[in-house]
Parts: sequence; C-alpha cells; structure tokens
Amino acid sequence: MSKLSIDRVSKVFEKKQGEVVVALDDISLEIEETEFVCFVGPSGCGKTTLLRIIAGLETATSGEVSLMGAPIRGPDPKRGMVFQEYSLFPWRTVKNNITFGLEMRGVPKADQVSAAETYLAMVGLEQFREAYPYELSGGMRQRVAIARALANEPEVLLMDEPFGALDAQTRNAMQRELLEIWEKTQKTILFVTHSVDEAVFLADRIVILSPRPGRICDTIRVDLPRPRERTGPEFADVRRYVLGLMDSCRLSSKI
Amino acid sequence: MDATRTHLLRNRLLPLVSIAAAAIVWQVVAQFIVQNKNLLPSVTDVLGAFLVLLESGRLASDFATSLTHFGIGVGAALLIGIPLGMAMGWFRDLDTAANPIIEILRPVPPLAWIPFAIIWFGLTPVAAGFIVFVGAFFPVLVNTYAGFKGVPRLFVEAARVLGCTSPGRLIRHVALPAAMPSIATGIRIGMGVGWMCLVAAEFFVGGRYGLGKQLWVSYSLQQMSNVVVYMLLLGILGLAIDAAFRGYVDGKLLRWRTGEVA
Repeated sequence: MSKLSIDRVSKVFEKKQGEVVVALDDISLEIEETEFVCFVGPSGCGKTTLLRIIAGLETATSGEVSLMGAPIRGPDPKRGMVFQEYSLFPWRTVKNNITFGLEMRGVPKADQVSAAETYLAMVGLEQFREAYPYELSGGMRQRVAIARALANEPEVLLMDEPFGALDAQTRNAMQRELLEIWEKTQKTILFVTHSVDEAVFLADRIVILSPRPGRICDTIRVDLPRPRERTGPEFADVRRYVLGLMDSCRLSSKI
Repeated sequence: MDATRTHLLRNRLLPLVSIAAAAIVWQVVAQFIVQNKNLLPSVTDVLGAFLVLLESGRLASDFATSLTHFGIGVGAALLIGIPLGMAMGWFRDLDTAANPIIEILRPVPPLAWIPFAIIWFGLTPVAAGFIVFVGAFFPVLVNTYAGFKGVPRLFVEAARVLGCTSPGRLIRHVALPAAMPSIATGIRIGMGVGWMCLVAAEFFVGGRYGLGKQLWVSYSLQQMSNVVVYMLLLGILGLAIDAAFRGYVDGKLLRWRTGEVA
C-alpha cells in the first residue's frame, strides 16, 4: 500500500456571481514512503489547492485523499505544512514556535525542550533559540518553520513554495539543507514550486500540472544521483525535458 | 561623544526649559497683566494652595476616591469589553446580532448616562464608576473586536495544521496573542476617555472626596487656585497611569513587537 493516496480528487470553487472555477479535475496519484515529490506548474494550476486539500485546510468537491489508508477529514499533526509566507507566530520565540505543536498535544515539558534542541540543531539555529521571529532573516524564518513542522513528527511534510520569497543564493542553500534533513529524517515530502530548476534539484518524482482545470499532465521520475550538479549536462537534459513537457501541456490545455 | 552629549542636552534639557518658560510667562501674565486671582491665579498662588492642601492631608483621600471610581469603571470595561469584543470578532453570527445594538449605543455620550447612573446606583462610587465604564467600554470593545477580526488567516491555518483545532484553543493560543497590540491600544484609549469622564462623574454623583469633586467644590467657593491644583493633579495622574500602562505593555506583553513597524 502506498503512503499517501490521492484518489480522483476534484475541486470546484464557486465565485460570487455564480461563476464556477474548476481548480482541480480528477487528480489521482500514489505517493510512496520517504518519496520526495515535487508539483510544478504555472500559477493558477491548483497546485497549492491540492496541497491544502492534503493538509485538510480545504475539502475536495469530490474524490478523497487518504494517508496510510485513513481518509483525510481535517487538519491533523500527521501532516506537517510549511507555508510560502512567513507563518511563524511573531509573539513566540524561536524555541516556543518549534514546541507549539507539542504543547498542543500535551507532550511533557522536558520532552518539548529536548525536541526543540534536536530540531534547532538540525536547522543550525541553536544560537537563536530565544530570538523572536522579527530578529531573523527570511531564510532563517523558513528554517524555523521547517523545524516547527518536523518537531510534530508528521508522516508527511507538505511544503508550499517555501523558498519562493528567498533570494537565489539563500534558496539554493536551503534546497541543499532540505535534502540533508530529508535524508536524516526519512520523511515523505510533497513540495510545490513553480521553479523547474528547484524541482529537478530536489525531487524523486516531478508531477506536472496543467492550468484551468488543474490536471496531471505528466509525471516523470528523476533518477540523477544526489547531490545533483545544477550545471551538469544530465541536469540540463532533465530540465529541458520538463520544460518541454510543460510547454506541450499548456498548448494542449488551450485547445 | 560630543554628539551624544548635545543630543542628551537637547532631549532632557529642552522640555525642562520649555516648562520653565511657560511657568514664567504664566506668572508674569497673572501677576502683572491680569492682576486678578479669580480670573487667573499665578504660579505662586497655585503652589501656595498646593502646599496648604498637602498639609491638610485630604489629598490622599481624594486620590484614593478618584482611583476607586476609575478602577471600578475601567475594571468593568475590561471585564465585559474584552470578552465581548473577542466573541464578536470570532463568531460571525454574534457579530451580526450584536453590532447594531453596539452601533446605536456607541455614539451616546457617556455623560448622557448620568441620570440613569444616579437612579440605578444612587449617589455612590458605583454610579461614578458606571460613567467611567461607559466612557472606557466602547474603545476597549471596538479595538478588541478589530484585533480579532484582523488575525491573519495564515496564523490560524498554521496553528490548525500543528494540532490546535478547537475554537477555544485557537482563541487562546493564536487570536489573543495576535490581537494583543490592538487590545492594548483599546485599553489605552479607553482609560483616557474614562479619565476624562471621571471629573464630570464626580461633579454629579461623587461623594465627599475625589479630585473631580474637589475641583467643583473649590469652584463654588471661588478658590480658583485650588481649581488649578486639581486640574494639574488630574493631568499628571492621568499621564502617570498611561505611562505606567505603556511601560508594562511594551516591556512584558509586546516585547515581540520591538523592531516591527507598528
């Protein structure tokens, strides 16, 4: 059985004037344990909506998502999420942001502290445990957001363009760190991005979505060994191939 | 080094100089131009009156009484205004139901409640407190409400994904801290309006003591120097209350906002 199963999921939004927008149309996908899957597609293709449905923040109009056989009905700590915007609670210190989920679950204080230390070390921010979010740079804030999601020990980690607001260099560094964390924690990761470069660097498998209505246009497996060399010829080949698929997707969806 | 000293000199000395200048102008105008204690008591008249009052020992009771009225009113405004504002900001149906009533009552000037304050509570400290309450209540309510309405959806969603799902816990762990700056502003404005209502409340419904009461009594006895003493005491005490509250809030509750754009 696969880890996460997306079964014929559709999502229709009704706008105020009765206008109907089909955000997702009949999406089916199986995701394996510890797999790193990237969703790419132009803005408006419903990739964020799909992630929000998996998180339990939206409900599908039809179809179902299930995690290890159990259908998803609402938000649950089993599915951790890292948002594109800075979502740290500004009134909590870095440490208390990381322990938020544990606090909610009633985990004993001592275990909260040791978990905080573990994940602070994993994202390399031990010196900032007592800092408030306003004192951190964008990259550091997203590192804390990742640590906060991981501290809850989720089954899957959902990431919605988490590095979208960062400058190119920080972004590359964060991608490398994320891969290290992924190898250490053996999490299943679903990662939404509009950057093909990012997807090819990170993913085991890339799911290409087409816009309006959002459909799975193609999925490809990336078999390059890690760490991947962004400037290498194989990397460029995969990139070119994915970009080509996205182009033909766009053309076919227009017809 | 030189720059910081000049800076210090400017920031510390300049206010003192301007206060001294104002006092001198006041003294000159009162003593040499107006020349009438009833129209404008001079600085020395006021200082003399203050010393006499200080010696009589009744200022302490006046302070205590005024703070009691203020405490009753502001305390009640916080106890009712904050929970109601939170509930209205969070639950849409309650908002829709309660909003029209609030909007009709809000523009009624607090002093218009004086007749009912007297009828309901008699000539007691509670009646004076009630007027303060009416003044303080709406700023507290409206700002708490606005704070709760403005809680970023992102924070609520982040919390829900982390396992904070019931409304009660979301309110306690997300909405309340996120709305705290707005609630603090409401309390400050509410205390300011309440303080202004205090004098009028004591005019009409106060007992024998109270700064506002004494101001009124002094006027009827034509002791205008005493009137100025009470005016200044009201101003200084109001300032002190506001400064103490601000110090507490900025230092404890809102430390996380340092460096953020307010």
